[in-house]
Amino acid sequence: MGRLLELAGVTVRFGGVVAVSDLDLHVDEGEIFSLIGPNGAGKTTVFNIVTGVYEAAQGSVTLSGRSLRGRRPHQVTRLGVARTFQNLRLFGNMSALENVMVGADARHRTGIPGAILGLPTHRAEETSGRETARELLALVGIAELAEDAASNLSYGDQRRLEIARALATEPRLLLLDEPTAGMNPPEKSALQGLVRSIRDRGVTVLLIEHDMSVVMTISDRVAVLDFGRKIAEGQPADVRTDPAVITAYLGAPTDAA
Amino acid sequence: MRVLKRSAASPPEGPAGPDQAGTDREGRLERARSRVGSVKGRLARRRAAAVAWRARLPDLTGPVARAWHRLPRWSQWLVRLGIIVLAVLAPADWVGQIMAPASDWKTLLFYPIGIFVLLAVGLNVVVGQAGILDLGYVAFFAIGGYTMALLGVNVGLDFWIILPTAVALCAVSGLVLGTPALRLRGDYLAIVTLGFGEIIRISATNASWTGGPRGIAGIPHPPDIGNLNAFTYGVLDPTPYYYLVLALIVVVIFVARRLERSRVGRAWAAIREDEDAAALMGVPTFRFKLWAFAIGGSIGGGAGVMFSAKNIAITPDNFPLLLSILVLSAVVLGGSGNLPGVILGAFLVAWLPERFRGLADYRVLIFGAALVIMMIFRPEGLLPSRRRRSSLRTGTGAGAAPTAVVEQEEKT
Ligand SMILES: Nc1ncnc2c1ncn2[C@@H]1O[C@H](COP(=O)(O)OP(=O)(O)OP(=O)(O)O)[C@@H](O)[C@H]1O
Ligand SMILES: [Mg+2]
Repeated sequence: MGRLLELAGVTVRFGGVVAVSDLDLHVDEGEIFSLIGPNGAGKTTVFNIVTGVYEAAQGSVTLSGRSLRGRRPHQVTRLGVARTFQNLRLFGNMSALENVMVGADARHRTGIPGAILGLPTHRAEETSGRETARELLALVGIAELAEDAASNLSYGDQRRLEIARALATEPRLLLLDEPTAGMNPPEKSALQGLVRSIRDRGVTVLLIEHDMSVVMTISDRVAVLDFGRKIAEGQPADVRTDPAVITAYLGAPTDAA
Repeated sequence: MRVLKRSAASPPEGPAGPDQAGTDREGRLERARSRVGSVKGRLARRRAAAVAWRARLPDLTGPVARAWHRLPRWSQWLVRLGIIVLAVLAPADWVGQIMAPASDWKTLLFYPIGIFVLLAVGLNVVVGQAGILDLGYVAFFAIGGYTMALLGVNVGLDFWIILPTAVALCAVSGLVLGTPALRLRGDYLAIVTLGFGEIIRISATNASWTGGPRGIAGIPHPPDIGNLNAFTYGVLDPTPYYYLVLALIVVVIFVARRLERSRVGRAWAAIREDEDAAALMGVPTFRFKLWAFAIGGSIGGGAGVMFSAKNIAITPDNFPLLLSILVLSAVVLGGSGNLPGVILGAFLVAWLPERFRGLADYRVLIFGAALVIMMIFRPEGLLPSRRRRSSLRTGTGAGAAPTAVVEQEEKT
């Protein structure tokens, strides 16, 4: 199994705050890798670094050996990284189907003249984009909501729609930021099944998740962040018995100072 | 604070005992619930307010749009053809008696009505589709107008050569002006565009090659086509010019529709809704905004060419800031982002003040009051877009946070 994503010595600062500090991390092709840690540990910041929203102060970020540093978000997406958002960022007034089609458009080439003249490539792309979008809505289980405005969907369905939209960009690596937040237990287990089936389609998954039962059941490997540092990494079973991790979560007395 | 939050998160140690798991789940649920609760509450309140307002005016757009989409293709084309036929018959005398008893209806049909519709359709690409708040759209109208005047008078070129030249020039101007400006967002962008409109007008006033404040006179009319009255461009009859602008409107609507229903239109809508999220879904946001600006600009330029080809003389006073504002209010009033709405809005903004010419100066006051009332009772416009959201209400980038705060959880 090849290395897909590799972070080496990544440091991110916001003014005086060191959000991520000297982080080494790698995700192998075909695995489900979970990133966990207390609030404010720097997990979302890692996603923002990988997707080009922020640039790291130091360190390197590579996808299959290609540097992602200094690339704009849309370029990173086209290289094969897609993400969802911790606080939903759907295109609320567009239909669910259109939301996913925007993702599918990442792989399309039609420009202004093609669209105005209705050239054959444009028509073919429209048709295939629509089909892909419908398939993905079915995959995440909201096919019947295709024509509804995204903002009218329930919270759980919006999370699923974000996943479908991200998948439409045909990623090799999918970043999911707390996909089960706000879901009830049956929804959570359905989502676990979905994440597995996404992996089985050949998409590598990097997951931020607060629900330990979810993390423990679906992850191949887990890394724990605390104050921007990686304090543990390994098999789920090893990580949860790691003393450093337990201290980080419960807070040692010295930590409060 | 931090310590509290940490203990609230679920500890990943050992296979948790049943009661331990219970408290964990409760903590997590609590957290999620409060998060969902606050968002839902806000949404519900906003939606309820919107529904309450809308209930006072019948919302015909939904049913009409649905009925329209159920029509077979050929009958859609029949309806379109019917509308064009009506527009062609509009310059009749009896129509004028009803629509504008106090002024010359045929002249009004060309300017302001026809030109306003053209400008509104162009501005709608920028404001309605891409969500870029452009307060200086008149700049492109002026560039088109002066291109026609200068090339027509000094070089002696034909209208039909100047029209595409001016359209291309305005597209290039859009790219040149847009390249620095479109890196800004929201209020800043609006102010910069406001500046463009003024810069063009003031430059035209101060430069000698544009004729300064006295402008340019002796602009040639378009050459006659055959010897039909409808295509003979003289001084007296405004109808041929109206037909010319009507033809351009039809072409521009076709282009705008095609764009709207393509990858380009979806990208614009995504940018309008959430620019950062659009970029993260693979949309090259800057490039698409630039295209919107250039296309909108070239349509404005086309309108300017028409305007000055009929007027014989133009001065900088033909291109005031007020014109940008009127066209923008037409777009917003009609329903930003929805072409039929925008066209209706432009028609009303151009026609109403003329219809009530009898009321002398009060007509402007009444018009202003009508706009205000309209925005209170129906902020989404007369015929709102399905993908409705006024970029005026949310700012450009549709209320998107600047990039630096992408994904900051609301920390309570
Ligand atoms: N744009 C920013 N400006 C300033 N500080 C920031 C910014 N983004 C993140 N931070 C800070 O960086 C740290 C890490 O934040 P991050 O959002 O990555 O945490 P997280 O692990 O995702 O937490 P959570 O579980 O609450 O989502 C926090 O202290 C946060 O306040
Ligand atoms: Mg986070």
